[in-house]
Amino acid sequence: MPPILELRKLVKHYPGQQAVREISLAIPRGSFFSLLGPSGCGKTTTLRLIAGFEQPTSGEVLLNGEIVNHRKPYERNVSTVFQNYALFPHLTARANVEFGLKRHRATDIDRRVREALELVGLTGKESRRPAQLSGGERQRVALARSLVLQPDVLLLDEPLAALDPKLRKQMRVELKAMQRHAGVTFLLVTHDQQEALSMSDGLAVMNEGRIEQVGSPEGVYLRPSTRFVASFLGAVNWISGAGIRPESVRLLAPGDDTPDRHVRGVVSGSVFLGDCVQVQVRLSGEVDAVAQLPRGAALFQPGDAVQFTWSAADEITFL
Amino acid sequence: MKLRTCFLLPAWLAMALLFAVPFVIVLAYSFLTRGVYGGMVPPWTTESYRRLFDALYLAILGRSFAMALAATALCLLLAFPAALFISRAARHRNLYLQLVMLPFWTSFLVRTYAWIFLLRDTGLFNTILLSLGIIHSPLPLLYNDGAVLLGLVYGYLPFMVLPIYATLERLDPALAEAAADLGARPLTTVWHIVVPLSRPGIVAGSVLVFIPCLGAYLTPALLGGGRTVMVGNLVQNQFTTARGWPFGAAVSIALMALVTLVLVVFLRRESEPLA
Repeated sequence: MPPILELRKLVKHYPGQQAVREISLAIPRGSFFSLLGPSGCGKTTTLRLIAGFEQPTSGEVLLNGEIVNHRKPYERNVSTVFQNYALFPHLTARANVEFGLKRHRATDIDRRVREALELVGLTGKESRRPAQLSGGERQRVALARSLVLQPDVLLLDEPLAALDPKLRKQMRVELKAMQRHAGVTFLLVTHDQQEALSMSDGLAVMNEGRIEQVGSPEGVYLRPSTRFVASFLGAVNWISGAGIRPESVRLLAPGDDTPDRHVRGVVSGSVFLGDCVQVQVRLSGEVDAVAQLPRGAALFQPGDAVQFTWSAADEITFL
Repeated sequence: MKLRTCFLLPAWLAMALLFAVPFVIVLAYSFLTRGVYGGMVPPWTTESYRRLFDALYLAILGRSFAMALAATALCLLLAFPAALFISRAARHRNLYLQLVMLPFWTSFLVRTYAWIFLLRDTGLFNTILLSLGIIHSPLPLLYNDGAVLLGLVYGYLPFMVLPIYATLERLDPALAEAAADLGARPLTTVWHIVVPLSRPGIVAGSVLVFIPCLGAYLTPALLGGGRTVMVGNLVQNQFTTARGWPFGAAVSIALMALVTLVLVVFLRRESEPLA
């Protein structure tokens, strides 16, 4: 079976700007896939090319192995959850969810709408208008409105960006559960690496219109293939060409013996983050580095001499 | 007096002098009796208002209503697609808006006269059709209800385009994209999403067109062929040739009451919150 969605050498030029430069990507059926990158990296443009809101300059979009470049948005079996949800403000939650089914002349509309609203946990709020719903509830309506159509691919454009941090974390878990339950392929666009790492089965890291790396969350985090990917997915200390994540670092007293790699340094400050402590260390050679230590670890004061220590296995290196 | 209140003073004065006082005068006129040589004399009476219910005048009122309604509907039909086009134009939006407002650069009177030169038997349209051999005798284009309707639609079209444009322009483009994304073809999107959401503009435009059309005087006078076509002409006629000032005043007050009634009913229904 062909991948549910495939991009072949996709290019999108705007006047004076190359938004997407030759992207090729295959997304497996039923997976939760993320496009991760900083703003302006072309991820949203890629999403809009898939949805059909924009036409590619060159290259192909394939759904179920079929080229869909020439198809209008209403002829493609994909659906989008917009960043601001784009709910129809004059329609109730139920009417918003029904909208697509009616356009497709679906049968059994009542049952399908009820099931979709149940899936997203909105039962009882069917007759409210978007203005009468909270941000989180609006997002659920947007999800139900798209999921009820059982699209080949559900496109989500920064769906959690508008939510407050606590709700955002809760929705990560729920989104993932909804995806599993609905069995629909999700393609999420985000600039939040935690979001991408925590929800995705696979992800592509984008930068300046190109894909830098494709892989599993563990793969790209632990074995990034470029410096950009390593830095974008989390903090990295660069010490003589090797990258060391702050959480891989231990701080030892100057006299302690260790078989691991180590550099001498002096503590310059520390930040208490609740679940951990971040210690800033100035290494010899005037390099600033950060160690993330468990809260219970031995405390160091600014000015203390330490050995900045890590194991060779935790190094990020590029060949 | 606070400074803020002072700012409102000119407006209050203008409203008092130019609206409230004349209104009271007209109201007073309408309850007086017509003098032998015109003008108004006592006694106070409601005779003028009773005369309104004469079949002749009810017909004129009814016809004015129908004309204004037809003009509003035609304006809406023409203005909505135009406003939609302008609001979605990638470039030259301001140029299009200027074009909509271009007619305001000349006087309404001149523009209405221009229609006479276009529509009359020896006018542009008839001349062209005759010389092309499409017709053999001039079409009666001028001095009928059709000509009046044309003049009204022409004259008030911009008042429909602009408010509709203003609401369409503020509409989130993602809504139309979302509709397309859910499987709606362009016309379905317009009908189910764009039209309902531009309702405030449609209502405002309809009010702005309907009210002046209902009281229109110049257009029916020039393009209607001298017959008393609409209620505006009836008022004018009573104040000039017929010398029936009290009745003319009564017609004016009745017209105003009618407009107010329509507005109150209409706008009360419209202003119901979306909730």
